Amino acid sequence: MSHEVADRIEIRLAGEGGQGMILAGIILAEAASIYSGKNVVQSQSYGPEARGGASKSEVIISNGEIDHPEVIEADILVALSQEAYRKFHKEVKPDGLLIVDADKVKDADERAIRIPITHLAFETTGRQITANTVALGVLVGLTGIVERQAIEKAVAARAPRGTEEMNRKALEAGFAAAAAVKK
Amino acid sequence: MTVQLMQGNEAIGWGAIAAGCRFYAGYPITPSTEVAEILARELPKVGGKFIQMEDEIASMAAIIGARLGGLKSMTATSGPGFSLMQENIGYAAIAEIPCVVVDVQRLGPSTGQPTAPSQGDVMQARWGTHGDHPIIALAPVSVRQAFDLTVVAFDMSERYRTPVILLTDEVIGHMREPVELPDFSKIQIFEHKVTEPPEEYKAFRNTPDGVPPLVPFGQGYRYHVTGLLHDELGFPTQRIDEIDPWLERVNTKLDKHIDQITLLAEDAQDGARVGLLSYGCTARAARHALKVARARGLKVDMLTLYTIWPFPEKQVEAFGERLDKIIVAEMNLGQLAYEVERVVGRKKVVRVTRANGEMVTPQMILDAMEG
Repeated sequence: MSHEVADRIEIRLAGEGGQGMILAGIILAEAASIYSGKNVVQSQSYGPEARGGASKSEVIISNGEIDHPEVIEADILVALSQEAYRKFHKEVKPDGLLIVDADKVKDADERAIRIPITHLAFETTGRQITANTVALGVLVGLTGIVERQAIEKAVAARAPRGTEEMNRKALEAGFAAAAAVKK
Repeated sequence: MTVQLMQGNEAIGWGAIAAGCRFYAGYPITPSTEVAEILARELPKVGGKFIQMEDEIASMAAIIGARLGGLKSMTATSGPGFSLMQENIGYAAIAEIPCVVVDVQRLGPSTGQPTAPSQGDVMQARWGTHGDHPIIALAPVSVRQAFDLTVVAFDMSERYRTPVILLTDEVIGHMREPVELPDFSKIQIFEHKVTEPPEEYKAFRNTPDGVPPLVPFGQGYRYHVTGLLHDELGFPTQRIDEIDPWLERVNTKLDKHIDQITLLAEDAQDGARVGLLSYGCTARAARHALKVARARGLKVDMLTLYTIWPFPEKQVEAFGERLDKIIVAEMNLGQLAYEVERVVGRKKVVRVTRANGEMVTPQMILDAMEG
């Protein structure tokens, strides 16, 4: 029913608390709104604990008015943990896109695109914590939901001082992984 | 100003600054804490004061005192804290002290579920404090409107000398949307003007519009402030001939301005027999359902209430008169539906309710339309 409202893309980013999926949602929302002029609604839910537990961030992007602020049936799901995958993979459109961390989500649907996101983050920057930025590179690289320039600007604007280069590399690694899948 | 991606709670904080709020006292509670965070950071920059109090009872008392001292004041909380504030909200209502109370509703009762949304405080906003009293409650549907209605809340609280509840919810409070805030210097809030000399000033006298001007303490205008029933100077009284006109004035002063206080949006369609009525975050689900239904060829009206209290009886009555069925959607077990039923009759009302921490979905509303 979400597609009965024209021009509405629903994205869900999910993982464990502490993996930075909520921040990834905010960065994607800023890329789509501040740096692309589209309308967005970003929301999140998480348990009361700061680490662990399932955490999800939702971004809805449209050129028009966005009414219902939550995902109804996702166009895109990015899952960085088995639990997040299990919890949300059924709420993806039949023709939707599933992106999973190949090492963390062992048990996934055949249509899922498997990319070792966390491993790539560690390999590229030496820090697993940049997995959320790698995930954004993969997501935008595969879908083009925002221009590459827009996500680059949004990541740079949110990167803590001194980590701009690290995050740029992480984003780049995500784009490279997406390009490899597309070939 | 430029476009920013902003949370509803942040927008409330900026709305308070823009409206001239210069005093905040509160006790942090999920999902309202960002309001306190932003005001702790921003109020000192504009010469304001931020105080974290020992609890919500004290927070409410502090903002009442601050307004009597001359500063526009606000607090923010959620269900459990809102319960604790009720006694002093009644005090502000009958001592007629302007103030703004933000309630970012979460799932209750009691501690409930701190991170889950709800609209379960609708009746508490109206009747949470004891005794008959006036109150205004406003419910935003977007981040931008969270800013705008915060400004309106301050204006109405001053204009009508009453506490105003900004009755928002976890969804609106925590969601982020792109907003471009207006130029704060263009925002004007009602200011009290007193014409009589100090020796003739009566803080609780009757006036044609029912709202006597309020002069802050320390300017030579003497009056007494109490939660006891009081006379025109504010001193306690048990005289029926003083109590009756006071009761009459205080409990009818909002009626005199009801058209200015009532904020809502109606989206009518020729030939519609069914109408949706909603507010706050649930109005967004309802609007989604409305668009889907119209795309499928159904004719549907919608009434979105921004002013919840005083209940917009006149407009809801007219809505009910021209429609056969009114679907009231809300995240509680039918609190505002009671009011709609009172005004349009029970037979016309279909309730779509949910109180488990999940939003009412557009599908639930569509099902009710087609059922």
